[in-house]
Amino acid sequence: MPSSTPVPASNLLLMSPEDNCLIARVELKAGAPVSIDGEAVALPQDIHLGHKVARRNLQPGDKVLRYGAIIGTATAPIAIGAHIHTHNLESDYLPTYTLGDDSHHFIGSKVQ
Amino acid sequence: MTSTANLTLAGYPRADGRKGIRNVVVVAYLVECAHHVARLIVNAFPDQQVHLIGFPGCFPNEYADRIMRRVLTHPNVGAALVVSLGCEGFDKNGITAAVADSGRPVHTITIQEAGGTRTGVKGGVEWVNWALEHLAGQTRVPMRLDELVVATICGGSDSTSGITANPAVGVAFDKLIAGGSACIFEETGELVGCEYHMKRRAVTPELGNAIVQTVEKAARYYTIMGHGSFSPGNADGGLTTQEEKSLGAYAKSGASPICGILKPGDLPWGSGLYLLDVVPDGEPRFGFPNISDNAEIVELIACGAHITLFTTGRGSVVGSAISPVLKVCANPDTYARLSEDMDVNAGRILTGEASLEDVGTEIVDLVARVANGERSCSEELGHQEFILTYKQFEPAGPGCFPLKAA
Repeated sequence: MPSSTPVPASNLLLMSPEDNCLIARVELKAGAPVSIDGEAVALPQDIHLGHKVARRNLQPGDKVLRYGAIIGTATAPIAIGAHIHTHNLESDYLPTYTLGDDSHHFIGSKVQ
Repeated sequence: MTSTANLTLAGYPRADGRKGIRNVVVVAYLVECAHHVARLIVNAFPDQQVHLIGFPGCFPNEYADRIMRRVLTHPNVGAALVVSLGCEGFDKNGITAAVADSGRPVHTITIQEAGGTRTGVKGGVEWVNWALEHLAGQTRVPMRLDELVVATICGGSDSTSGITANPAVGVAFDKLIAGGSACIFEETGELVGCEYHMKRRAVTPELGNAIVQTVEKAARYYTIMGHGSFSPGNADGGLTTQEEKSLGAYAKSGASPICGILKPGDLPWGSGLYLLDVVPDGEPRFGFPNISDNAEIVELIACGAHITLFTTGRGSVVGSAISPVLKVCANPDTYARLSEDMDVNAGRILTGEASLEDVGTEIVDLVARVANGERSCSEELGHQEFILTYKQFEPAGPGCFPLKAA
């Protein structure tokens, strides 16, 4: 057993065995030790309830799987435990629209 | 799986053989110019079963005509008052005749002939008073589960929706279908990425192919519109891509075989799970397929839905005219903030206080209670949203209803 007290693994939900992302079951703070497949990992940033973290190191072009199905393609290197969201994952179908700091904008685009 | 055999229902019998779980007097304006008069009529009946619906446009539209006919002859409707300005394009004589043919009391106020706003309102209020008195004499009769149509929609989704509320509705759908009900799920634009999963659940290969084509149509349509069915709130809630949202939304459909595709206004032809194709046919002509959640709820009602199960993570508060909406809240934090608007706290699945099976059973029990007259949160709070806009559809192809009796 590690000397620190890891957050129970169940605070990160694995939706399907083949997934490479995990879902925060509760609000998680930066630095919080979590267990990912038995490995103690310190979260590099706050992770809000329902948000995704990487289950393993991912490279640009890697497909991200949730529910055992592809939810898009990584656009940047993503370290184990890092937040996966619009800054490093984009749709294989349609661009994602968010409210940015100063204007409305689309993130990523497969649409020609 | 818990059986639905112990559920007893009662509804209002209608001439077409269907049964209603409400006995609503609907006041329907046929153009925005008649909206105010219709609203003043409805406002004279606070907290009674008098609902305001309408269509804003002056140009005629086949789809809007069909949906209006379906909702005015929905089994939850007992009587209808049609409010016309007098010069709009909507076929008021056709719609009034359709309601009369369904055996329901119907009356038309034409404002230009009635003498204006005050006299129009006065005549409308008198008629609604008469209709309420008339309907008060009607009583419920036993209703079977196979006479019940239940729909589902998600709105204000977040990343928890696909973990808790949506799969819990899927469990409820499987139970209701096993008990004989028809259940409808929808929004093919929010099923982009799920088309081949769905194809495998189709009862025939032809239907499977039709499902794939339907989703391809949706992806093409939304691509031309330049915007998927994805809002900034979805991203704030942890959803990153359209296909991630889709996979979560898809969980609402449960595990039953898919027995057909409906287009808005098509009625289910028996027990089973149906997919509603909400995306218009042809080149985009009138804008986004459905401009907000209530436009889809209206289409589900037009397909005969008695009750709509509305799953939400961010926290929608809407209800609907005509058919009760039950809100199933996915996110425990949202539930804590908006509990007065939520009928079911599916966030208990995330906090470990309940299983999917527990919440699915709770939803089925609540469906039965609301069918028997208990008011949902949105009904209690007076929600009666309704949106009908311009769209165009071709009739569903033969592959879409493989099990329909000849």
